[in-house]
Amino acid sequence: MARSASFYVLAAFFACFVLFLYGPVITIGILSFQGPRGGLTFPMNGVSLHWFFDLLEEQAVGDFWGAFRRSLLLGCMVMVTTVVVSVMGGLAFRRRFAGATVLFYLVIASLVIPSILVSLGVGLVFNVLDWEVHWSTSGFGSQLTWTLPFGLLIMFAVFNRFDRAYEEAARDLGANRWQTFQFVVLPLIAPSLIGVALFGFTLSYDEFARTLLTSGSYNTLPLEIFGMTTNVTTPVLYALGTVTTVFSLLIIVMFLVTARLMRRSADRHSRGPVS
Amino acid sequence: MKNRHLELIDVCKSFADARAVDGVNLAVEEGAYACILGPSGCGKSTLLRMIAGHESVTSGDIVLAGSNITSLSPSRRGTAMMFQDYALFPHLSVRDNVGFALRMRGQKEAERHRKADEMLERVQLGDYANRFPAQLSGGQQQRVALARAMITEPQVLLLDEPLSALDPFLRVQIRSELRQLQRDLGTTFVHVTHSQDEALALADQVVVMNGGEIQQSSTAFDVFNKPRSEFVARFIGGHNVITHDDKRVSIRADRMGISWPSRDGLMATVVDIEFQGATVLVKSQLNGDSDAVVVRLGDTQFFEHPLKVGEPVCLTWREEDAHALAA
Repeated sequence: MARSASFYVLAAFFACFVLFLYGPVITIGILSFQGPRGGLTFPMNGVSLHWFFDLLEEQAVGDFWGAFRRSLLLGCMVMVTTVVVSVMGGLAFRRRFAGATVLFYLVIASLVIPSILVSLGVGLVFNVLDWEVHWSTSGFGSQLTWTLPFGLLIMFAVFNRFDRAYEEAARDLGANRWQTFQFVVLPLIAPSLIGVALFGFTLSYDEFARTLLTSGSYNTLPLEIFGMTTNVTTPVLYALGTVTTVFSLLIIVMFLVTARLMRRSADRHSRGPVS
Repeated sequence: MKNRHLELIDVCKSFADARAVDGVNLAVEEGAYACILGPSGCGKSTLLRMIAGHESVTSGDIVLAGSNITSLSPSRRGTAMMFQDYALFPHLSVRDNVGFALRMRGQKEAERHRKADEMLERVQLGDYANRFPAQLSGGQQQRVALARAMITEPQVLLLDEPLSALDPFLRVQIRSELRQLQRDLGTTFVHVTHSQDEALALADQVVVMNGGEIQQSSTAFDVFNKPRSEFVARFIGGHNVITHDDKRVSIRADRMGISWPSRDGLMATVVDIEFQGATVLVKSQLNGDSDAVVVRLGDTQFFEHPLKVGEPVCLTWREEDAHALAA
């Protein structure tokens, strides 16, 4: 069957889109293998792992291993908090309570407010209260203004599909509220929580604007990289970009594998009758 | 023997905009199989959920085995419920599903596995203990749900449309298994259904509900043969409701006959004929009246004098088969 003209137009558009999406990342990936005497731009002056080894050395500017450790720790803090608070929030919103609608809009509004304003506001409040601005306090808080609404929206979708009969059955069989949650609700929503966790971690790990004015004297990784772009003049910057991208991909793959494993065990539960 | 029984006293349930259950009085004997029958929205499920403790009671009392359980939590009432789609926990094995109630009570694993396996034997699922619910057929799932509810040793088992998730063939088979199990266990069953066949086949006591009220509560035989109201007669099916001597009467379709050319009966015109195998349904329209009448004839009887649509007929019945209805 002959393809219509619109197919080729749309296919070309899609190809451009993909190129635009991944082109820059691929360019940085390629340039990070620049030879020892190569510069920040093409042409490649040989191919080597020189800049990756250079990453391990003490740098004149930039402390990216420290920044990486901070980002990793912050990402984990945000992830755990997002999962716990989203689940609790999702459970709370299952029943109608006074002010539920207002609260919901308040939560969602924080997604609409420009990130940089949130950052500015949090920094300002800390200043006024004479608290020290630090990535683990003000930075942590302003990242949560971003991840919590997302987490909550995911939990809404999850609990919308959740059959209340499971909880009634558990109550009928003598489970108290906590037991019902522990033995029935939590295991059933666990696969979805992987998604919330992944969201929380990656949103935090590459968060920039909200952290910009709230991280204090110690930078997170995206801030550090941004700072280095103005000071560092060697392809070591690209090597760093490649390493962090690969790290992000590994994190995502890890989550996907975990989710797959959990789904497989769910599949085992839902395979047809075995004869 | 009949000392422990379930009693509902003037039970009402109001939701924000409507009264779902309106002054229900009902007594079920111990060891009886009771079916609550009615069209959807008649309040039967709400009533069952109130007995189970999953729905609060607006007013009235629920008494089980001599104690008032109206406001007790679901697990402390001596009731157990089997949910419509069984609500088996998909992440737990069959054994863990059945042993769930024991686990909640803090029983040791070995002990609750032993009891769960024992209960599974009783419903002939001993070989399936390690399977997961989704690996079982609908009928097997239903028996797991039954075992899971029965392990709490309830005084009353409440079943919410337990057969509606099954295909029609299986439904009839599982229905008789259910009745057999109830007889073996000797537990009082209260079963909610919208299917007349199901209620008549299973129940010692049929409770017909409509509009939040009980229309009739009696044996299956009496509900079928002595429907109290026009609603019951029509809902239970197989009846004709006509005006005879200025009274509304119901007559079973299979107790009516057709005599023609004799004119000693009610004159009507055949509007449809439906062959059903052993019997033939002759639908007719009364002359000068809006009532339609269905006559169920044996196939031999029908084919001796076959009728055609549009033919005039004369409907007959014996006087004792005409059952007067409450106005």
